Amino acid sequence: MRKFKVVNNITPSVDGKGIMMGRAVFTDDLAAQNSLVLKVLRSPHAFAHIRDIDTSEAEKYPGVACILTYKNVPHVPFTRAGQGYPEPSPHDKFVLDEYVRYVGDEVAVVAAEDEETALEAMKLIKVDYEVLEPVLDFEKAMDNESVIHPEDKIHEMFPIGFEPKRNIATAYEMEVGNVEEELAKCDYVVDETFYTQAQAHAMMEPHASNARLDEHNRLVVYSTTQTPFHMRRIICKTLGLPVDKVRVIKPRVGGGFGGKQAFHGEMFVSLVTLRTNRPSKLVYTREEVFGSSYTRHPMRIALRIGANKDGKIQAIDCRALSDTGAYGEHALTVFMIVGSKVLPLYNKVKAVRFGGKVVYTNHVPAGAYRGYGAIQGNYALESTIDMLAKKMGMDPIELREINSMKEKETSPIFEIMGEGTEGTAMIMESCKLPYCIKRGRELMNWDEKYPVKQVGPHKVRSVGCAIAMQGSGIPFLDMGSCTIKLNDGGSYMVTVGATDIGQGSDTIISQIVAEELGTTMDKIIIYSSDTDLTPYDCGAYASSTTYVSGNAAYNAAVKMRERLIKEAAQELKVKPDLVEFDGKTFTSGDKSVTLEDLSTGRLYNNDTHQIAVTESFHGHVSPPPFMAAFGEFEFDTETYEYKMVKYVTITDCGTTINPMLARGQVEGGVIQGYGMASSEEVLYTPNGKLVSDNFDMYHIPTVKEVGELVTEFADSYEPTGPFGAKSVGEIGIDTPPAVLCNAVYNAFGVRIHSLPITPQKIFEAMKEKK
Amino acid sequence: MLVKFNLNGLEKEVNVKANEYLLDTLRSIGVKSVKKGCNASSCGVCTVLLDDKPVLSCSILTVRVAGHKVETVESIQEEAAKLSECFSKEGADQCGYCNAAFALMVHALRKENPNPSAEEIKEYLKGNLCRCTGYQSQQKAIRAYLGGEEK
Ligand code: FES
Ligand code: FES
Repeated sequence: MRKFKVVNNITPSVDGKGIMMGRAVFTDDLAAQNSLVLKVLRSPHAFAHIRDIDTSEAEKYPGVACILTYKNVPHVPFTRAGQGYPEPSPHDKFVLDEYVRYVGDEVAVVAAEDEETALEAMKLIKVDYEVLEPVLDFEKAMDNESVIHPEDKIHEMFPIGFEPKRNIATAYEMEVGNVEEELAKCDYVVDETFYTQAQAHAMMEPHASNARLDEHNRLVVYSTTQTPFHMRRIICKTLGLPVDKVRVIKPRVGGGFGGKQAFHGEMFVSLVTLRTNRPSKLVYTREEVFGSSYTRHPMRIALRIGANKDGKIQAIDCRALSDTGAYGEHALTVFMIVGSKVLPLYNKVKAVRFGGKVVYTNHVPAGAYRGYGAIQGNYALESTIDMLAKKMGMDPIELREINSMKEKETSPIFEIMGEGTEGTAMIMESCKLPYCIKRGRELMNWDEKYPVKQVGPHKVRSVGCAIAMQGSGIPFLDMGSCTIKLNDGGSYMVTVGATDIGQGSDTIISQIVAEELGTTMDKIIIYSSDTDLTPYDCGAYASSTTYVSGNAAYNAAVKMRERLIKEAAQELKVKPDLVEFDGKTFTSGDKSVTLEDLSTGRLYNNDTHQIAVTESFHGHVSPPPFMAAFGEFEFDTETYEYKMVKYVTITDCGTTINPMLARGQVEGGVIQGYGMASSEEVLYTPNGKLVSDNFDMYHIPTVKEVGELVTEFADSYEPTGPFGAKSVGEIGIDTPPAVLCNAVYNAFGVRIHSLPITPQKIFEAMKEKK
Repeated sequence: MLVKFNLNGLEKEVNVKANEYLLDTLRSIGVKSVKKGCNASSCGVCTVLLDDKPVLSCSILTVRVAGHKVETVESIQEEAAKLSECFSKEGADQCGYCNAAFALMVHALRKENPNPSAEEIKEYLKGNLCRCTGYQSQQKAIRAYLGGEEK
């Protein structure tokens, strides 16, 4: 394997210092001083029709600049999902509508001189609601009498099984072989059903946006977005603006996790600024972040898995029902990932089936969230695999070793299932899953600890394991690009559309460029995600940044190197293939010129012209990263309270471009997944109001709940990735629910079929067992 | 009403409403290093030092700091830069929305307890949420920073 100088080395992040020192770089830090402040009036009802809305009093309130309601905004259906075009999500949302479909849905927007004025004026808005019967049980949503989207204008962009009159946002079915026949022939069949909750992203920076008009009278929107280019397109289409009149800038983003792929207020600041000619801003309150953005899709997943006495899994049947809440954002694509990035783990089956429906309810909408269906599917699959092992009297690790994906293998699922469309066949050019399992087992000291050990009078420690996979971007769709411009003095200005949302993409892209150009990190200046100044990128989602944007950066750097060698050859009056370049000096025999001299000469006095290149990349495959995870937990046998003792993960993400940032992605993912597994409980009132809309009710892990994290990477190389890399942003989150669920089983012999796994649920399962 | 306090070593005079919180005042006068995460005393990203002690600026009325000393990360720039190097080495760098608050907390901890145990560090920082890192890397970085400072 190639020896690297910058890539795969310990390299500090390019932005860490400035951020720790408190520089004003986040979206709301950059809002114009005299911005109008926007506040959103939200629905108190889970489902209602607005008969009328009267804003006349509020408009007269001193300091109010503008009020938006459904009566005075464009009535064009769109999706907030923030996806490519055409979107696989139904266009079922209006900027403002005469229906409100969940508690927290937008009714009106008040723009005023300050927050207090906006809030006071808001009290003067009179809304006449016709309250409708809400649908709050997703298992009763389909064909319910209450139709959540009765309006006519809404539509799908291409066939996704959209049947709004039946409360179905989308549906999907696939089958390879004949599942029923194969299951009937199996020596063992297990049949288990699991429920997952509407996890909240809970990124520390709330959603924020602000807008202003520039000196060309163009609209400039700053947003905490993961997808600035999609945002520009969607703002323009929905508000009827030409693309050349809008600029979207993504400043530093304080965590996204999928939650900031979507629109949350950008339409409002755009409209207010266009109407008032004033800068405006909107920052979500924490309650709005929880209750009025979007969540993970809650699901019911039923699995049947059949195997024979020889330990070989023969067939998997997965039926799922997903709750997309009031709007169908990411409804189809998240749903499909439950199958497509989970079931191929066991690729040697004779038959596999996946399908079901995604239904509308009057809950907070669901959308993209790190893991994106894979965490839901993984919880169900990896729990059921343990049940199967138990039934077969087999060791759960051995069952996984026999049946899981290996290098150079494939799964028919890849070809059938893509993201909302057909997929792409691919062979696993890199898959070190067997190593990951073996190494993790060692590091956990599994054979000593499995299944459970008494460690005190009322304390036991048990272990659980799970394996996982994800993807690296969406083949043929996701595109990233990169421009490199040579500065005098021999440094490079790198501009990319790739969206750094805290995961470190600015750093890894700089590393990739520095590596290929043989230079050091201090010679790279990176600027990202500004629709005016950087080339296009689809954005930060689907674990695409390292693989897709990284490959674009790599391609651009290769092209720049070629270009530089040509320029140097001219300078030295030799043929390009006789020129060597070590990153600093071009040499040919006894002639040489430094990059510093060449670059300065080209700008000031010697055949002057700008040297710059632009390249882009889209994948033909989406090589999955793989992981094996092993968790150890300590339980109180009287109260069933528990804590994480240790969590071991071994990840195959190809080359780690930045080993420390890769570790951060895995560990951050693990703890977010552990929150979903253990403590992040979603509570609604009977009327459909989200109660867990603050950090006191919705408990995300604190430093106190984190056990020892042991994080290693397999020595792996993905031939299609930049310097052998695959993506690593999501996979960390996938395993904790199944790992914890399996550990609970190993401790007490009870299976918890819903998340989060609370002491209360263990207690109740124990009562039932007795 | 007019409130006078010392901000990062300079005397400030600010016109505020009686019900205004320090977090909003600071941000409105351009101190953007102080962040709003919850506005309800439950996330820690709005931490500032009030007479050397960490407090949540979202829960302190600005009128209450009259005559007192308020510090934000701007007053400990060198320490923040050093801490960030430790963060980088341990892979604790992510979105950074929580970081300035961590820098202030670590500064305060070091003054109160120059040689804290791993458990004491955890206990001191348990109110500072971070959704990105999973905490372990931050803890290692902070231990390295505190250890390194002593030698
Ligand atoms: S904003 Fe003050 S504690 Fe969260
Ligand atoms: S680094 Fe993002 S919240 Fe801590």
